[in-house]
Amino acid sequence: MRLTLKIWRQGGQYKGEFVTYQLPDVNPDMSFLEMLDVLNEQLVNRREEPVAFEHDCREGICGTCSLVIDGRAHGPMKGTTTCQVHMRHYHDGDTIVIEPFRARSFPVVKDLVVDRSSFDRIIQSGGYVSVNTGQAQDANAIPVEKEQASHAFDAAACIGCGACVAACPNASAMLFTSAKVSHLALLPQGQVERQKRVLAMVAQMDKEGFGKCSNVKACEAECPKDISVQNIARMNREYLSAVFASDKAMV
Amino acid sequence: MAKSTAPGLKLDSKTPAGKMSEKWEEYKGHVPLVSPNNKRRIDVIIVGSGLAGASAAASLGELGYNVKVFTFHDSPRRAHSIAAQGGINAAKNYRNDGDSVYRLFYDTIKGGDYRAREANVHRLAEASTLIIDQCVAQGVPFAREYGGLLDNRSFGGTQVSRTFYARGQTGQQLLIGAYQALSRQVQLGAVELYNRHEMLDVVVVDGKCRGIIARNLLTGELERHAAHAVVLCTGGYGNVFYLSTNAMMSNTTAAWRAHRRGAFFGNPCYTQIHPTCIPVSGDYQSKLTLMSESLRNDGRVWVPKRAEDRLKDPRQIAEEDRDYYLERRYPAFGNLVPRDIASRAAKVACDEGLGVGKSGLAVYLDFADAIKRFGKETVEARYGNLFEMYEKITGDNPYEVPMRIYPAVHYTMGGLWVDYDLMTTVPGLYAAGEANFSDHGANRLGASALMQGLADGYFVLPYTMGTYLSNEIRTGAISTQTPEFEQVEKEVRDRINHLMGLGGKQSVESFHRRLGKIMWDKCGMARNAKGLEEAIGEIRELRAEFWRDAFVPGRTDEYNPELEKAWRVADFLELGELMCQDALHRNESCGGHFREEYQTPEGEAQRDDDKFMYVAAWEWKGENEKAALHKEPLEYEEVKVTQRSYK
Repeated sequence: MRLTLKIWRQGGQYKGEFVTYQLPDVNPDMSFLEMLDVLNEQLVNRREEPVAFEHDCREGICGTCSLVIDGRAHGPMKGTTTCQVHMRHYHDGDTIVIEPFRARSFPVVKDLVVDRSSFDRIIQSGGYVSVNTGQAQDANAIPVEKEQASHAFDAAACIGCGACVAACPNASAMLFTSAKVSHLALLPQGQVERQKRVLAMVAQMDKEGFGKCSNVKACEAECPKDISVQNIARMNREYLSAVFASDKAMV
Repeated sequence: MAKSTAPGLKLDSKTPAGKMSEKWEEYKGHVPLVSPNNKRRIDVIIVGSGLAGASAAASLGELGYNVKVFTFHDSPRRAHSIAAQGGINAAKNYRNDGDSVYRLFYDTIKGGDYRAREANVHRLAEASTLIIDQCVAQGVPFAREYGGLLDNRSFGGTQVSRTFYARGQTGQQLLIGAYQALSRQVQLGAVELYNRHEMLDVVVVDGKCRGIIARNLLTGELERHAAHAVVLCTGGYGNVFYLSTNAMMSNTTAAWRAHRRGAFFGNPCYTQIHPTCIPVSGDYQSKLTLMSESLRNDGRVWVPKRAEDRLKDPRQIAEEDRDYYLERRYPAFGNLVPRDIASRAAKVACDEGLGVGKSGLAVYLDFADAIKRFGKETVEARYGNLFEMYEKITGDNPYEVPMRIYPAVHYTMGGLWVDYDLMTTVPGLYAAGEANFSDHGANRLGASALMQGLADGYFVLPYTMGTYLSNEIRTGAISTQTPEFEQVEKEVRDRINHLMGLGGKQSVESFHRRLGKIMWDKCGMARNAKGLEEAIGEIRELRAEFWRDAFVPGRTDEYNPELEKAWRVADFLELGELMCQDALHRNESCGGHFREEYQTPEGEAQRDDDKFMYVAAWEWKGENEKAALHKEPLEYEEVKVTQRSYK
């Protein structure tokens, strides 16, 4: 099939603009990123600079790929990363608009590549259980109720891609942050640092310049791993009870 | 440059003396320690942030060393360990089904076709139980039973259920656990993180590894980083085949550059071809997707008995017209034979013209019986996300139609040669995880890669590095302003400029694809002397053509993924030749290395223990020179060496 691509180019010779490319012969079994590979191969053969985009595992798990396709983070399919979108969902003659994830806290590196290290810093602020190597007790000494473990897993399934931020009109990182807060708050292992964790992670999230949540729920709709907004509700609850329990609330 | 060694020299593995089951305890009891105030004066560089790298960095940071971690990814959490699906083995014996440290050790040695070092494997089996404890304490959400305790599943090559899992995303959850432990050390100031930095060479001073040259991938700047020890946790080299289940950026550069600086390369020809991957669909294909081996717990592998049924709707093929060839050939293990055996059996079926689908390069993995027996819901609970992934990629629904699968390159058992301490032949330079050769012999069992990566990082390196670092406490800070650093940086810069200035006509990608085809056709699932000799010639020609006619767009001083790729492909073009040379010299079949000339009348791998019971460790001798072979003899003290049988 024949496709027209309008791709955001930024950096190098491009100041920040959409550039139009034609692809005359796209195989419907290709993945979306393989379609971009074909475009880049053509650009290289024409001695033009290929379009920079990020990708790695191409199995939907590493969280590296990060495109906004026709206005939607990770493209048209629910619960799917960009790398798992296949061209059989498009039609001959379609025009596809491709942009990077846009958010102040995700500065553009080049073309479609953005810097998401703000997510690393949110985890560094407290997204862990403080246990050194060797300090653990026998694994079965910590029973976890099956359903509770399953809820924790649902939150832990986050791949840190940032689609939630890209989808949100406020560029809020609440879904990402709350997924980690929930994962650990739902498990017995996470109890000791429960309050400290949520306060630190929310503070870091704000410091990174992410917006506030106004319950649009676009994050949940676009999340490739179907992380639920219930996690945001849980984080708000965790945060409030932590604030009230902490000394700061007394000041 | 590291000391040059005489060819044919026997390598010292530094395996401790004593009973197999006591070696590691004994070692730990006597390993020299570095006191806390001295640890502060010791710098360690870790390259790579996957399971091995992240767990080593976190653990060494906790101990008090100054750690720097380098990753070419935008975040340490992206490392390819994340893609492992099925699980992690541990000899917990929570099922009461007869498992033990010894049995995990034995299964791993046998699974590796008696080509692994016993002492390392025993240590691995001992560490396995600690890993599960550590990961659970970190909050890794392993699968659980209704009583709240941990669940297990079985995997290929074993007769016990010792695999712990987290849905189909075990690698992801373990990596996030290690990444969080690493992040905590970053917050505490013990670990410094260098995202988007690629190591392009190691620096050796007076025979010791003293640092690295890294390229900042955003600015193109070359940076010098010094340390008392460097640990490469940079994964495997399966992408030399172009099409593999490895992530797109996985590469051999760090290991290969270390090899060129004196680190011997162990058993480069041992590659694992995973039996259950989604078949190739076209020329544009960029990578292959693995379907977890756990699927073989409940899926039955078959092909039609008659070639004319190849393209028929599989549901219309009667039971008696199907050949469940694994169950027929290996009744004891059935569909759960080890990976090398399952892969080769699929190849045999397809070579006989029984492969299904348009390409004829696929076999069925059928869940109809499992759905009948357990119900769709149970099958969905076990494999739901894998079925979904399969449907996304192929457009077929595996609940209705059998999956089509074919083997694909997945893992490399070979890697940098290391001794018992995980140190390479360059003093101060270590290799851990898939980057080393040490634990899996000629074939790795399923769910053992995660185990090895985390064992090396959490529980081995923090001890063994003390042996070397205890002698470094008086060294003081290491300067990067030395002729050695200057020289290596210059060589790196010259090579980058050379690549950028090639100005040829062909894309780097096209060279990679051509290399992959040579490797797959002639150094893949089945190899023979004639093909390997041809491959060596073809790779040399291709390499020369690359340096004559490749084209790298963009500039050096900016984010330039094409330049990164060019450097990596240039290294693959050298490694590929060494793999063929190793495969050609090993005149036997063992594990993943199947030489067509050496097979039993039933078509099974035929080892030659008299001549080849050793680790082949290759020494770099220069471009277009033949590498020199060194041998580490494998002596089996504990396990009786037999013909491997899964019948």
